[in-house]
Amino acid sequence: MTKENKKKDDQIKERSFGIVGVIWKKISVPLTSIFLALFIGGLIMAISGSDPFEAYGALFQSAFGDINGWGRTLEKATPLIFSGLAVTFAFKAGLFNIGTQGQLLMGAITSAYLGFAITGLPAIIHIPLALLGGALAGALFGSIPGLLKTRTGAHEVITTIMLNYVAINITDYLSNGPLKEVSSSDVVARTPPIEASAEIPQVAGLPLGFFIAIIFAVFVWWILEKTTLGFEIRTAGLSGTAAKYAGIKVTAIIVITMVISGALAGLGGAVETQGIVGRYQPGFNTGLGFDGITVALLGKVHPIGNIFSALLIGSMKAGGAKMQFVADVTPEITNVVQALMLFFVAADRVVRWIIRQRETDDEGLTLTTGWGN
Amino acid sequence: MVNTVLEVQNITKRFPGVIANDSISFKLNKGEIHALLGENGAGKSTLMNVIYGLYKPDEGQIFINEEAVEVQNPHDAIARGIGMVHQHFMLVPVFTVLENIVLGSETTNGPSLNLRSPRKDIQKIIDQFNLDIDLDTITEDLPVGIQQRVEIIKALYRQVDILVLDEPTAVLTPQEVDDLFKIMRSLVDQGKSIIFITHKLKEVIEIADQITVIRRGKVVGSAKPDEADQQSLATMMVGRDVDMHLHKKKAEPKEMILEVNNLVVKDANGNVEVDDVSFEIKAGEIVGIAGVQGNGQTELVNALVGMIPTESGTVKINGLPATNASPRKVTEMGSAHIPEDRLKDGRVLPFTIADNMVLNTYYLEPFAKSGIRQQEEIKEFAVDLVEKFDVRTPSAENTASSLSGGNHQKEIDAREFSRPINLLIAAQPTRGLDVGSIEYIHHRIIEKRDEGCAVMVVSTELDEIMELSDRIIVMFNGKIIDTVNADEITKEQVGLLMAGVTA
Repeated sequence: MTKENKKKDDQIKERSFGIVGVIWKKISVPLTSIFLALFIGGLIMAISGSDPFEAYGALFQSAFGDINGWGRTLEKATPLIFSGLAVTFAFKAGLFNIGTQGQLLMGAITSAYLGFAITGLPAIIHIPLALLGGALAGALFGSIPGLLKTRTGAHEVITTIMLNYVAINITDYLSNGPLKEVSSSDVVARTPPIEASAEIPQVAGLPLGFFIAIIFAVFVWWILEKTTLGFEIRTAGLSGTAAKYAGIKVTAIIVITMVISGALAGLGGAVETQGIVGRYQPGFNTGLGFDGITVALLGKVHPIGNIFSALLIGSMKAGGAKMQFVADVTPEITNVVQALMLFFVAADRVVRWIIRQRETDDEGLTLTTGWGN
Repeated sequence: MVNTVLEVQNITKRFPGVIANDSISFKLNKGEIHALLGENGAGKSTLMNVIYGLYKPDEGQIFINEEAVEVQNPHDAIARGIGMVHQHFMLVPVFTVLENIVLGSETTNGPSLNLRSPRKDIQKIIDQFNLDIDLDTITEDLPVGIQQRVEIIKALYRQVDILVLDEPTAVLTPQEVDDLFKIMRSLVDQGKSIIFITHKLKEVIEIADQITVIRRGKVVGSAKPDEADQQSLATMMVGRDVDMHLHKKKAEPKEMILEVNNLVVKDANGNVEVDDVSFEIKAGEIVGIAGVQGNGQTELVNALVGMIPTESGTVKINGLPATNASPRKVTEMGSAHIPEDRLKDGRVLPFTIADNMVLNTYYLEPFAKSGIRQQEEIKEFAVDLVEKFDVRTPSAENTASSLSGGNHQKEIDAREFSRPINLLIAAQPTRGLDVGSIEYIHHRIIEKRDEGCAVMVVSTELDEIMELSDRIIVMFNGKIIDTVNADEITKEQVGLLMAGVTA
């Protein structure tokens, strides 16, 4: 190829990248991270004497092999989409909400209470009512770090971590005290089961909650990208002074964002209660909020990206047991793989170096923000 | 005998959608200050980044001391004797001057840092070139001009022979510019060579030995400073005749727009920054606030537009109380604000240019209806402004961060001039802009005045104050030291007032 021709070719290549190029640029890092994590996970299995292909095969088969598999996967993914959205939403305003776990627990127990305490309502009213209660509880709990930040300057990372413990203890107390199920044996700390009218049903073997989650993902995307509120949130997240200059009340935005973020996490808890667990029981929601951080980062803090990353993490949770059964691998290996994914996404420089991609200057991830601003 | 130390031949560099450098050639001789003159976005910085090894050229060849070379990266450039001082300094604020200079090429005694022998070497450089600096001062305590000197010493310490200065005067006060020019002279007198990137005609004529003019990525001419004048250079650089002087009618002040009474502003540490300031601006006049940077102008502007709180005193806009009004309230009262720090305050860099064009009007119709943003309307509006204000970008959908130099300023100016206003508060509205753009902005400011707008221009550029203002307020140490009519005072007198000298 002559020099001239090569030049032209390069130009054409640059242009024809088009939409595929744009999408590749956005998802190349998470995708590579996933493969790297699976690869290293496979190595660990091989070293410990199992066949990684067999194990991953079983995992995939169990998670996506038939309608039951899909049902399990979607079930696991549903609360993760909500907690991922909660983290994503806060992230857009420059806030790192580590408190999704606490907000989710508050939502879960509130919806359980509304689910068993109110009787005689038709499902069409009872389901949304209990969901709404969960969302409100999460919102209320999420507003606390928001208010603390704007009133006192307390950094939300610290306060949300602390508030997680507060939530754990409140829900433990309630489910072992005022809201405890009165039964003959009386040993298990848990609330009574919710009324059938509050249960989120399955549709053709698939959990309806998942579809509610997708609607919310699209809704969150719409708020962020299409509304003035979303514009204000994104502006405040990227530059506090520019937001002030633009006439945006940054303190109000912080509180509103934390309220909405908390509501999303609370909804996650409510959907889990009404769709899967059927009551509130300590230990049944462990990690669902924390996994939201992985889901959000793996989804490149994009609301729609959250759906896919939640499906991935959900499938690993759904297929982990089968993997143990078939390939004799401890299910904890899925936690290792998940942790590796988070590691690679957070340390995206490593991944970019591997795939030789320059850093883009779009609204990227900034995991390190200054303390107290 | 003329000795060429650096030659670039037919350098071409393309980016998606633009040719930043189109077959550029020029020669730098030993002991010469070679000015690269061009508008914002003409491709000067791209060319320097090619020479410094930050970009690979698509075509062309670089010769150092008549030997063809391929500069791999900045390290390589320094090893080959090319040093660069960027517009934005790369210094660690909390380090001492000495530590900053040795940073990156430290010598050690076993595990510990050896600063003794570098100190001797650096002091020698300082004496040799008359650089006058204290090596033990913490860098952030130094004025900008001296920080720049640290960057120059840093390059000299790495034994470079060719020094590239990228718009070095953009951040300096007039006095600091004089000092820099003395240093540049002293450097070339002792055998160093300098590439001086700028768009300021006056400076080129004052300091350069050879001038190469670049326009839209191409070399369009060269000149010797004693054969050229500002007018001819401006024409060459912009590609059309530029009117260097403003022809404005006499101001016809009408009703009162801005009234400031006994305003006091303190900074976060309680220091008084604006000290009992009172003045007024009427519709149809331009009031220039002159002063050396750091004499309270910044705080005055920020307090007026609601960015920082006032301590005492009152502000009225259109006769209505506006003391401590929020930025949005001030905007809605019909005022526009061109902020001083264009990178930090006025815009969101990762946003598109279109979103930045509606940064403070995003919530109003037609850009939003019932809280829903109207993307088409926003885009249409932005495309129109991009064209009107000649913002150099492939598209309004590109991010604001992709803009070069003065295009940042044009973007803000475009936004603030685009809505009906009766008060314009402009802080350094043309900082970093080339003559063509300055001409355009100045005409728009005068147009606003003639439409009946009250205009407050804050500038550290004395020429700008003299050209634009109908009345001049000089600030010194937070106080108004004098208010004068622009046609009753000379530039020199204003200069003295800025230094705090009253008659």
